[in-house]
Amino acid sequence: MPDSVPDEQPRDGRERLKEAFRRPGRGQVVVAVLLAAVGFGAVTQVNANENNDTYAGYRQQDLIDALSGLAGASERARSEIERLEQSRADLLDRTERRRAALEQAQQEADDLTVLAGLVPVSGPGLTIRLADEGTVSINSMLDLVQELRSAGAEAIEIDGQVRLVVSSAFEATEEGLVVDGVLLEAPYVVDVIGEPSALRGAISFPGGPEDSVEDDGATIAVEQPETVEVETVVTESDAAPDLAEPVE
Amino acid sequence: MIAVLGLLVGVVLGLVLQPDVPLGLEPYLPIAVVAALDAAFGGLRAFLDGIFDDKVFVISFVSNVVIAAAIVYVGDRLGVGGQLSTGVIVVLGIRIFSNVAAIRRHLFHA
Repeated sequence: MPDSVPDEQPRDGRERLKEAFRRPGRGQVVVAVLLAAVGFGAVTQVNANENNDTYAGYRQQDLIDALSGLAGASERARSEIERLEQSRADLLDRTERRRAALEQAQQEADDLTVLAGLVPVSGPGLTIRLADEGTVSINSMLDLVQELRSAGAEAIEIDGQVRLVVSSAFEATEEGLVVDGVLLEAPYVVDVIGEPSALRGAISFPGGPEDSVEDDGATIAVEQPETVEVETVVTESDAAPDLAEPVE
Repeated sequence: MIAVLGLLVGVVLGLVLQPDVPLGLEPYLPIAVVAALDAAFGGLRAFLDGIFDDKVFVISFVSNVVIAAAIVYVGDRLGVGGQLSTGVIVVLGIRIFSNVAAIRRHLFHA
């Protein structure tokens, strides 16, 4: 305590405190005992509070509150998990459907590129040699192509130069046969991919292409290689229609 | 002097012995300590006012502690122990603040 207050009134609080410090009375013993109890209790409680991280000292009500709080939290977490799993399943489902649609579209596109002659293809089929000797009329040629298509030919190529597609056109000129603007010379080699026996039947039935080619005075030879390669393709710009628009 | 020594002795005893609080007393000890602190500050204020009396101090100290613990006990029986503890702590806190304010006025004249 500062001792620089001599001019205050004599029985001032500070004076009394200083007096008590200098000459402790008998009454202070009781106070000391009680203060010792306070200090002891406070330190004990602080220790207990620091060491006690369990629920041992909790009241019943506090325990119930804590328990129901935890139960509520876990309930909320569980419903959150459920919701998230649901949306995950939704997303997976949607992805699956989109992938299936994509695969289907890809498959269709592949089929269409084959039919439109945009890609080289190979597969079982026939190789037909025409007119090693003699000449073939354009009618016989058209008849042959027509019958091959009726028998399910999927890709047809002539002389390794022209791929026959939906817009292919035949023309008879003085120089020879012109298909899609390409002049072809005998002998003509027709590579066709399709079911071989069906194709063979479409060629050789009585009054069919074989007969009409022979009536023209030309030879026809049908071979069935292991696989037929159709290498020529129609360029995409040629395949794209200029005028026709799809109608919704 | 002796009073301050007593406080120190209590703290040291608590630190040295590190007693375990009995489970049954655990909810009441903190309340009892706060009540005792209130009584101690009240006693100091009375001393500075010049109206300190041993007997009054002892009785107020003991009754403070007992009543505080009793209120909490009754609250526990009634199922509102937590709320009553909070209430007791608030009241005792307010009293401690006002006592300390009086003590401060005595010691620092401010």
